[in-house]
Amino acid sequence: MVNTEILGNRTNSSVPLGVRNSLGGRGYTSTRNSCKLCAPLGASLVFKGIEGCVPLIHGSQGCATYIRRYMISHYKEPVDIASSNFSEETTVFGGSRNFITGIDNIIKQYKPQVIGIASTCLSETIGEDIPGHIRNYCETYKGLEKNLPTFIHASTPSYCGSHAEGYYNTVLATIKTVTEYEKTDNSITIIPGMVTPADIRYLKELLDDFGLKYTLFPDYSETLDNEYTSEYQLIPTGGTPIWKIKRIGNSKAVIEFGNVFNKGVSRTKDVGTIQSAGEWLESSLYIKNYQMPQPIGIEASDRLMDVLKELSGKEIPEKHRKERGRLVDAYVDAHKYVFGKKALLYGEEDFVTALADWLREIGIETYFKKGADFETLREEAENFKPDLLIGNSKGYYIARERKIPLVRLGFPIHDRFGASRIHQIGYRGTQELFDLVVNALIEYKQENSPIGYKYL
Amino acid sequence: MAHILDERQKQVSVAGLNERTIDCNKASLAGSVSQRACVFCGSRVVLYPIVDALHLIHGPIGCAAYTWDIRGSLSSGPELHRLSFCTDLQERDVIFGGENKLYASIIELIDKHQPKAAFIYTTCIVGVIGDDVESICRRVEKEKSIPVIPVQAPGFQGSKKDGYKVACESIFKLVGTKSKPYTPAKSINILGDFNLAGELWILLEYYKRMGVHVNATITGDGRVDDICNAHNAALNVVQCSGSMNYLAKMMKDEYNIPSMRVSYFGIEDMSDALYDVARFFNDEDMMEKARQLVKEEFVRLMPQLAWYKERLTGKKAAIYVGGAFKAISLVKALRLIGVQSVIVGSQTGTTEDYELIKQLCDEGTIIVDDSNPVELSHFVKEKKADIFIGGVKERPIAHKIGLGFCDHNHERKEPLAGYEGMINFAKEIYATAMSPVWKFTKNP
Repeated sequence: MVNTEILGNRTNSSVPLGVRNSLGGRGYTSTRNSCKLCAPLGASLVFKGIEGCVPLIHGSQGCATYIRRYMISHYKEPVDIASSNFSEETTVFGGSRNFITGIDNIIKQYKPQVIGIASTCLSETIGEDIPGHIRNYCETYKGLEKNLPTFIHASTPSYCGSHAEGYYNTVLATIKTVTEYEKTDNSITIIPGMVTPADIRYLKELLDDFGLKYTLFPDYSETLDNEYTSEYQLIPTGGTPIWKIKRIGNSKAVIEFGNVFNKGVSRTKDVGTIQSAGEWLESSLYIKNYQMPQPIGIEASDRLMDVLKELSGKEIPEKHRKERGRLVDAYVDAHKYVFGKKALLYGEEDFVTALADWLREIGIETYFKKGADFETLREEAENFKPDLLIGNSKGYYIARERKIPLVRLGFPIHDRFGASRIHQIGYRGTQELFDLVVNALIEYKQENSPIGYKYL
Repeated sequence: MAHILDERQKQVSVAGLNERTIDCNKASLAGSVSQRACVFCGSRVVLYPIVDALHLIHGPIGCAAYTWDIRGSLSSGPELHRLSFCTDLQERDVIFGGENKLYASIIELIDKHQPKAAFIYTTCIVGVIGDDVESICRRVEKEKSIPVIPVQAPGFQGSKKDGYKVACESIFKLVGTKSKPYTPAKSINILGDFNLAGELWILLEYYKRMGVHVNATITGDGRVDDICNAHNAALNVVQCSGSMNYLAKMMKDEYNIPSMRVSYFGIEDMSDALYDVARFFNDEDMMEKARQLVKEEFVRLMPQLAWYKERLTGKKAAIYVGGAFKAISLVKALRLIGVQSVIVGSQTGTTEDYELIKQLCDEGTIIVDDSNPVELSHFVKEKKADIFIGGVKERPIAHKIGLGFCDHNHERKEPLAGYEGMINFAKEIYATAMSPVWKFTKNP
């Protein structure tokens, strides 16, 4: 059984307060232990997925530092994000001078191919014209534009939605800024959303195995999960090259994962007109968009494979067919451990809804709630009485209080090692998730058994 | 040094080579990836360990989410400080004002949690939209009969250090508002220990053995009632001077309480801290107990440290931490186990701090204020450091270039203060310097 609250209006991401109160019953005005993070973090993640890109957060120093710290603790990689360091003076007189100095210094130190600029609540509220700043900057280098990096700007005030909004807005902004159409070729574009570096590597392997020519964007599989380098790379290797993003317009098809896309409903303007990147490519450049939920579970992964079969004209490669077969085998072997169990889920909506569909596939009942904070979930767990929690590490205190397992997935995972290497999608990812969930339940049973079986 | 931005050249110096005074106390340069945070962050980290107060952030969600349960500041009682409360401002609040939302939030949270006081943090955006937070705080204070203190901390109003000052002003509003029936004459306030990994409790044990009464702990394992009574202590003992000197100064001016600056890191500084307190009270019995304590610990520690020294001699360390005073202690503590400091830097040091570091360090040591990843990575290569001591943001830089790393920041889970802490510190340095994994990084 899937809780139905979320299934109402899928285009609404942040439920307005009154609505949340009527759902929550207890009715808190404040947010208590937030499940969401802010939009510039999502933007930074996308910018890390562009080759040669340095993100710049146009606002106070703290925004960049906090986001760096948060991402570093999850990915265990250096995450350089520059800030335009607003001061009181900047806030009163405008940020153009800081913007210019900031860009100058980034170019001097990093020599980037791309600078990704995310706004903040501060710069948005004082009405910073970032596109204007960029134009002015480029004008001063008239004739020398070729030497300048590509500038991408995403509007990401923290008071609009969450990091998921920031992520999707930035994917769209990048494509709108960079992508051109020459003539349709045989390639496809894949926009996987907030998946793990391991998932990105898996997708690339899968598409290669199908023999498809593709552009995957954003690709932070290396930039945020790099090998040991011995030299400090100012800008880590990897990322989707800008020339490939440019050619996305030539793709014959787009595959994008997600069904919510956090389309910025909390904004007072543009309501209902905001598109996902795939939708924009379809409506503006007439590229067929295969939109589907994140492929977690057999049914969802089958849907992806069907599309890949259609686009490549090939059957599913043996390696992947066997992965599916082993997954079915595992489902059968372990079905009794999971059936009828109850899981409390939280995280980005596109991830949570995909997880819920998968859990239903194996007979686990789920509970999640749009817009809820952790304290609300904690209170509602009293009624739902979950057997386990599935989500990022911030829900740990609820699991600890209830003495039930937490299966750590998604972002952020700050209290376990190897978050970048978890597979969450496709047959391979589902297998990994299934093993995690089954073992969490077995371990719980074993730990709480007076017998202490060594055989379960 | 080409990797240093021109404007930052004066924020770098080399011990022994030049007489130039280091430039510090400057705003971070736009476009450099500073390791610093903002005013809000400074105030938040300092006030955070007051465990029986409500901490509500009036602003957008990011500011609250990133500072939820961030420090390992332990509590011996209530744990209200570990919850993250936020008004979670939305676009319509930015347009129409967030005052009603703020008022409703404070009321509901006070009703639910019955805190001893409430700290209401303002953020960048509240500084711009102009919500009258002061008057809402006054109103709730009347209605609920607890102190409701506005912490005016818009991020853009300076650096983390300015946030410390804001925090001190907020704490100062509590000081002197209540007096306990009895406060012993030989009592101190501990300022600037945040009880990371229970470090405060180690110190309390030492002071207890010396017969010193600890009145208020500000802010580690902090209690509102103790802080209100802080004006009745005889002495303020201040660690992490960057964050707490300002409070000590205000308490000196208003209540005539003297203060002394101490550090609890390393054997020398820890012992000096205890002796200085005994000397202040001019109490021979207390001094004798301090000597006895130091002697016992010394006898226990020295053979263990000698073991580490023998193995670690010749290793080189780079230090980049928040406060310069801590950096100074670290230089001394490292020397005790045979490790030479070749780079010493901080986010918020003062001119005097850096002068002291210059005198303390060997010739050629690089001294730097408000550094960034580009610079730091060059410095450690240039100086051939083996170990990096810093916070979470420096860890991946160190690891990517094959350096050992010791977290000496908010997130540490092992106490590093006191005598026990010195052993933990030596253990951690040893564990990171001697790990066999470096054979794969040296010959990749």
